[in-house]
Amino acid sequence: MPKMNMVQALNDALRVALGRDERVVVMGEDVGRVGGVFRVTAGLIEEFGEERVVDTPLNEGGIVGAAIGMALYGMTPIVEIQFGDYLWPAYDQVVNELAKYRYRSGGEYSAGMVIRTPVGGGIRGGHYHSQHPEAPFIHVPGLKVVCPATPHDAKGLLLASVRDPDPVIFLEPKRLYRAAKGEVPDGHYTVPLESARVVRSGPDVTVIAYGAMLYEALDAAAKAAEEGVECTVIDLRTLWPVDIETIAASVRATGRLVVVHEAPRTCGFGAELVALVCERVFYHLEAPPVRVTGFDTPFPYSLEMEYLPLSHRILPAVLEAARS
Amino acid sequence: MTQTERQESRNPAPLRDVVRVLGDDGTIVDPTLDPGLSGPELVALYRDMSRTRILDERLLTLQRQGRIGFHVGSLGEEATIIGATYALRPQDWIFPCYRESGAAVTRGLPLQAFVDNVFGNANDLVKGRQMPDHHTGRAVRFASTSSPVGTQIPHAVGVAWAAKLRRDDVVTLAFFGDGATSTNDFHAAANLAGVFRLPVILLCRNNGWAISTPVERQTASPTFAEKGNAYGVPGVRVDGNDALAVIAVVRRAVERARSGAGATLIEALTYRMGAHTSSDDPSRYRTESEIRPWVERDPLERVRRLLEARRLISRADDDAYRAEVDRSFREAVAVAECTPPPGLHTLHEDVYATPPWHLVEQREALLRGSRPAAPPRTV
Ligand SMILES: Cc1ncc(C[n+]2csc(CCOP(=O)(O)OP(=O)(O)O)c2C)c(N)n1
Ligand SMILES: [Mg+2]
Repeated sequence: MPKMNMVQALNDALRVALGRDERVVVMGEDVGRVGGVFRVTAGLIEEFGEERVVDTPLNEGGIVGAAIGMALYGMTPIVEIQFGDYLWPAYDQVVNELAKYRYRSGGEYSAGMVIRTPVGGGIRGGHYHSQHPEAPFIHVPGLKVVCPATPHDAKGLLLASVRDPDPVIFLEPKRLYRAAKGEVPDGHYTVPLESARVVRSGPDVTVIAYGAMLYEALDAAAKAAEEGVECTVIDLRTLWPVDIETIAASVRATGRLVVVHEAPRTCGFGAELVALVCERVFYHLEAPPVRVTGFDTPFPYSLEMEYLPLSHRILPAVLEAARS
Repeated sequence: MTQTERQESRNPAPLRDVVRVLGDDGTIVDPTLDPGLSGPELVALYRDMSRTRILDERLLTLQRQGRIGFHVGSLGEEATIIGATYALRPQDWIFPCYRESGAAVTRGLPLQAFVDNVFGNANDLVKGRQMPDHHTGRAVRFASTSSPVGTQIPHAVGVAWAAKLRRDDVVTLAFFGDGATSTNDFHAAANLAGVFRLPVILLCRNNGWAISTPVERQTASPTFAEKGNAYGVPGVRVDGNDALAVIAVVRRAVERARSGAGATLIEALTYRMGAHTSSDDPSRYRTESEIRPWVERDPLERVRRLLEARRLISRADDDAYRAEVDRSFREAVAVAECTPPPGLHTLHEDVYATPPWHLVEQREALLRGSRPAAPPRTV
């Protein structure tokens, strides 16, 4: 199996998707000639032509709105929003149109499409190239939200998202674009949506993470093991609908929960995960659940490594959960 | 601006550079542009326009009687709405705002489905999920109506784009108001339509008002049509109370789209003679005297005068048709009113293609749980 980084795996997935279904189009700012600012779409315009790999004007609401129309006509647009931070100009089209089209038409219409966008900090991107905006999209009924952590999952989840009948917000942790490497199968395969992956097993504490923070959680788990605390680390992969069974089963076994995410803490996805665990397996809990998250501030520039919930902040939370 | 100046700017526009075919008195003023409808076609056009108005009046009455929750009407704008619909072919798509339900019926949405929608009952195509008059009709290529202003315009662009990519002979038409030209979505859509030369028609119903906001508050441009220039989309102004002129310009836009030349922005000059919706009281912001000149220009009367001059209908025919619409409407209402509301099990459907676990759980809890009591009595 070839070894790839996440950019190559995503590029491969797009090539496979475009190659196997002529209804698929890739569209966004700079996705054609230059191959995307992170090169995820590199080479696609040469292979599939400019009708199917479209350099659009700079207007995110317009891109998503037009993609909705294409999807209504039976095509499968894969939209790239250049940074997750620029999903906001399209928020109205995503929330009021895309997410509700099936429901408000009584199932007469649907608009299956994928919106891919790089998210997260750690690349010195400041306020507007670092946000990790899963929670507001998870909150919107009708959307699915995906966030891979490995090249293998990035390709398999993207291909699953393309085939999914519902709109998918596909968050790509940009810090992993070139840093995450691994074996990626050739050709078409899917990683089912709504399936989390248990990356490490241990009886003492359940750590939930996703995207770039998975590696921080794994690092903290390795250090905790040196101190005699063995963690189960779960990579959610699909954030919504979340694989609640895998989470509940693990917390039932460990009785202790640490949730990690980069996005701000208040009303973040961690709050929902903790609530779900409390509702389901409260009597199995041996310690208060803990959130390790970004701060409730705009994403900072110089102090970004202080903002991010890296291993050094996860480890004490794990030890505290294990020992309380 | 003084009150009179403001009023003048909404008076019937000086008709320079405005396409007109049918005069206020029902005579043909410009035979070169006459779309040349046959006698039966003219009668059908008139009937579709008059049915739109009758349904409008009846729905407003139902709302006033408290039998439906809301109504948004198109009094005075029937020539724009029905004329544009007439100029399209069956394969073409309509992206409505909220004021074009007459177009859905004209396209073939069954009257019962139309009425079930305003009652939001179990047979409503959209399962009682939207306010009255927010129709969807996939079978008649009528997109889903959204309340947010302007959002449908990029969708029309997207369908046109997809059809062009698939080499299908399909044109799309987006209806929107003068107020909508201030939204981001209008500009985004016009720009995309221009850049990619898409087979789309952007039809702005300039009816003078966006709720209480007059057109001078939407734009400092002398016309809405010229906004197309900035996007490489030719703009044309048409007398929006002249059904034949609307048909002529929309047909021309369809031809232009089919030929690969791209989009057209049409500004139809008309006037919202009724309130914005059943929730609005226009006496707070405009005078009756402003409406008067538009009564003279009634789009329905103009077609009727033409038909009478050509002896295509008699007063008796007209009365019989109106009675027939009334009767079928009353029957549809009788059926709709005794149709139960959508089943509780539908509440969680269509959020996703297949309900995920959390919706299945929430549905089970709803079905198991207690029902709301009658609203608490107020003193
Ligand atoms: C995005 C958005 N903002 C505000 C409203 C409230 N609103 C409903 S209709 C309307 C005026 C629209 O005027 P126009 O586009 O001219 O259409 P008309 O009602 O005259 O047909 C407003 C402000 C809305 N529905 N959507
Ligand atoms: Mg208006």
